[in-house]
Amino acid sequence: MDQDLQLVKGNEAVAEAAARAGCRYFFGYPITPQNELPAYMSWRLPELGGVYLQAESEVAAINMVYGAAGAGVRVMTSSSSPGISLKQEGISYLAGSELPCVIVNMVRGGPGLGSIQPAQSDYFQATKGGGHGDYRMVVLGPSDLQELVDLTYESFNIADRYRNPVMILGDGIMGQMMEPVRFPELLDPQTLPVKEWATTGRGGKRKENNLINSLYLDAEACWEHNQKLGEKYRQMKENETRWEILYEDAEFYFAAYGTTARIVKKALESLRQRGYSVGLVRPISLWPFPDQAFASLAEKARGYVVVEMSMGQMVEDVRLAVGSELPVEFIGTAGGVMPHPSDISDKMETLIREVGGHK
Amino acid sequence: MKAVFTRPQALSDQATHYCPGCLHGIAHRLVAEALDELDLTERAVGVASVGCSVFTYNYFDCDFQQAAHGRAPAVATGIKRARPDSIVFTYQGDGDLASIGAAEAMHAASRGEKITVIFINNAIYGMTGGQMAPTTLEGQRTTTSPSGRDVSLTGHPLRMSEMLQGLPGVAYLARVSCHDVKHIRQAKQSVQKAFEVQREGLGFAMVELLSNCPTNWGMTPGESLKWLEENMIPYYPIGELKTPEAVTDHGE
Repeated sequence: MDQDLQLVKGNEAVAEAAARAGCRYFFGYPITPQNELPAYMSWRLPELGGVYLQAESEVAAINMVYGAAGAGVRVMTSSSSPGISLKQEGISYLAGSELPCVIVNMVRGGPGLGSIQPAQSDYFQATKGGGHGDYRMVVLGPSDLQELVDLTYESFNIADRYRNPVMILGDGIMGQMMEPVRFPELLDPQTLPVKEWATTGRGGKRKENNLINSLYLDAEACWEHNQKLGEKYRQMKENETRWEILYEDAEFYFAAYGTTARIVKKALESLRQRGYSVGLVRPISLWPFPDQAFASLAEKARGYVVVEMSMGQMVEDVRLAVGSELPVEFIGTAGGVMPHPSDISDKMETLIREVGGHK
Repeated sequence: MKAVFTRPQALSDQATHYCPGCLHGIAHRLVAEALDELDLTERAVGVASVGCSVFTYNYFDCDFQQAAHGRAPAVATGIKRARPDSIVFTYQGDGDLASIGAAEAMHAASRGEKITVIFINNAIYGMTGGQMAPTTLEGQRTTTSPSGRDVSLTGHPLRMSEMLQGLPGVAYLARVSCHDVKHIRQAKQSVQKAFEVQREGLGFAMVELLSNCPTNWGMTPGESLKWLEENMIPYYPIGELKTPEAVTDHGE
């Protein structure tokens, strides 16, 4: 038996992975279905000499993250959809001021107060901005708990590398389910490179003041700042795009991410057993979106079925990546309802029949 | 020859953007003198707010973070929790602290965050052009209360310090005024105490400085000082609302 494997709940897995990555500061506010995450942090971080603080609101929490990130430490917040909406102002400021942090969204049904069951309806908000201004953040959508652990750990490195917020986009299922995982080594934050730009007080060590700021009242200066950010986002696109393709020789493909991709895999296997030539494109980084994955299949692919727990959001990015030559069909559920494998395989069978593909 | 009056070290050598006659300059100086005299500048991290004081980071010679409107106490909380040895202060106006940021101010105080809050109350929104603030006095004319503030429509001016007074997390709380020399000297003592309280780790400290806005009040600087004295002080009584025993009294 593998002694390193531990059976854990998703929300707790993210929390422990963050702690392992050297995150010692957490600011949050209760909201279902992510409550196990702050609860875990509330004992784990003090145990490691860190700070857990329950803020008076999601708005305050993200601004505490801003302060701590600006002071140069690895810091995290988590929430679920309505709470993430409240954080959008802060996320824009974090991106504008170039501050690294990790934000977890265990998405639930919306809009408004919605439901507390899993959904993927915050895809637009996460990948297209959410807050005001031209900014981007790396958005990662794991589809099992080991990947959730690994991506959470890596997200702190990505955040520090680009001085930019990174979002882990999970959902209610991802937060609530249990799976065996293997955690990476516990990192001592003292071993991380010192952030020379952080507002730690000059401490008699430097003459110049450090300033964390996103205000450029002069339009030309603000334009220059945007160009600098734009170059950073270009580098993220180049280096941080992640995806998985199952069956690269297939004729028809599903495109799905996160929990939905797991359900799709079930439909996929049943179709393949019945002789259909189908595969799966699973974006792991939702921004930057893996256009390359779709480009790599352009020679052979004859059509796509996009499956989401939303009314159709990522499907727009798939259509942009695939172009107008191929049919891109959509099947989705919303409000906390999960798609059924048989509905998914029916959709694919219909597409294959219409296009005239073979078994 | 001995220099008897110089720029405090904690102020940078830069002209401010404030209007002629505005008391921000004096308030800045009081903060800088406190940092100098308590030798805290090397440990200091300021948090600038949104409003006329948005460029505060240009005027103080120490590390700074610029916060979103009203969020300075939350940002300061994050800094102080991550770097407990830092001396963290916010500099906020009444629109920022008493309106959009009332929750952040209240809860930072309630938690007893070991930060210093410098609260400039001039009863109006300055930077955006003289709109009514929660602190605008009854009958006071602003661009959004052109006939004078009607309390039956917009409620009564908010006394932020009195709201915070009852919170056990608050270690030091004072309201002072900057309208004349005598009061500026009192204000200086309060600002110093508010930093000493943080240095000693006693809890949340706030000084509310009554200030003016000649531009948006439509007055000369001299008239504005008189108006402050005659109208603001009766509604916003000055004095120490809360003092911990551990803080020394500087006396006169």
